[in-house]
Amino acid sequence: MSIFAVTAIALLVSVAMALGRAILGPTAYDRILAVNAIGTKTVLLISVVGFMNGRPDFLDLALVYALMNFIGTLAVLKYFKFGTLRGGLSKSRPQGEN
Amino acid sequence: MDLVLDIATWILMLGGCFFIFITGFGLLRFPDLYTRIHAGGMADTLASFLVFAGLALQSGFSLVTVKLALIVAFLFFTSPTASYAIAQASFVAGLKPRLDGFGSAEDKNDKS
Amino acid sequence: MAYRKIYKRGLGKAYEGEYGKTLRIISLISVLLAVWLLLSGIYTPLITSFGIASCLLVALIARRMDVLDQEGHPIHLSPHVFLYWFWLFKEIVKANIDVAKCVLFPGKYLEPSLFASKVTQKSDLGKVVYANSITLTPGTVTVDLHDDTVLVHALTKGTADGVKSGDMDRRVTEVMGEG
Repeated sequence: MSIFAVTAIALLVSVAMALGRAILGPTAYDRILAVNAIGTKTVLLISVVGFMNGRPDFLDLALVYALMNFIGTLAVLKYFKFGTLRGGLSKSRPQGEN
Repeated sequence: MDLVLDIATWILMLGGCFFIFITGFGLLRFPDLYTRIHAGGMADTLASFLVFAGLALQSGFSLVTVKLALIVAFLFFTSPTASYAIAQASFVAGLKPRLDGFGSAEDKNDKS
Repeated sequence: MAYRKIYKRGLGKAYEGEYGKTLRIISLISVLLAVWLLLSGIYTPLITSFGIASCLLVALIARRMDVLDQEGHPIHLSPHVFLYWFWLFKEIVKANIDVAKCVLFPGKYLEPSLFASKVTQKSDLGKVVYANSITLTPGTVTVDLHDDTVLVHALTKGTADGVKSGDMDRRVTEVMGEG
């Protein structure tokens, strides 16, 4: 059993735990956090499976998935915060101040 | 030489496995959202670094190593932003962190 | 030690104006080209010329959109940034072990706290670097960043003391050349 298989199994177990949190999570933010964690683990999983099959080209997919995971988390959070994807950024600071 | 590299890979990736497992466990076990963010942040930093370091040892020095380094750098730059966004959004939404009531009774924490 | 003088004069005074703009565009094109060449892996003349053309196009658009400012492309930072990254990585390893202990034995170590801490950086970029460094170290998360206070949620007493001691703040201020 190669080390890649061991790591892949550990990743899958961890993803299952995070999925449990996404199902249990009392608030929407818990679910977003769990989805974000699953995304990071998916990046790792894609890379490890690519190495396991001797195809390091999978790393390109991992890179793109890391980008999409980040943007997706921010987009969903913004949607939850403002109810729309359009409009201003954080309200914590008044406009015009540097 | 190959044997040394293999052993180093095993050590690094087993360390990565340990931290990955701890991340999932912490996500399930911690009592409230803010503490869970800490657990989620662990997979983004040390765990991913250890796993990618192990992969880099196996790949030899080529373009693949550069891609691995790029992915790690990207995760290190973006993951704090995502964590901050989650914490800030839930704080603005009025979710209060639980700061006390963590006695020695562990089983009580697990349920809430 | 020419950079040291620049860095004493405050945040990137030497890279303002037209001169700095040109320098930043050259730097952006070279970074884009390096990334493209490293990620592509196919070096036939046609594909390579497409790559160079797309890099130039991106630089042109960035110049037209005026996003190439001190924040967007900080070339004025001193090489001390790399030393800071090493130090930060060491901190990350230590904090990870702390959080792992906390996950395994929450009854013994778990002691969350929420506190405000002073920020000594002047520029927005310095504040962002500091807040992101806090978040990147597991065990402490930046919850809010106002004018010069940062609201931090810490998991254990040890990690909270790490932020309160102000060591990281001092180092970021030093690296960013402010103070």
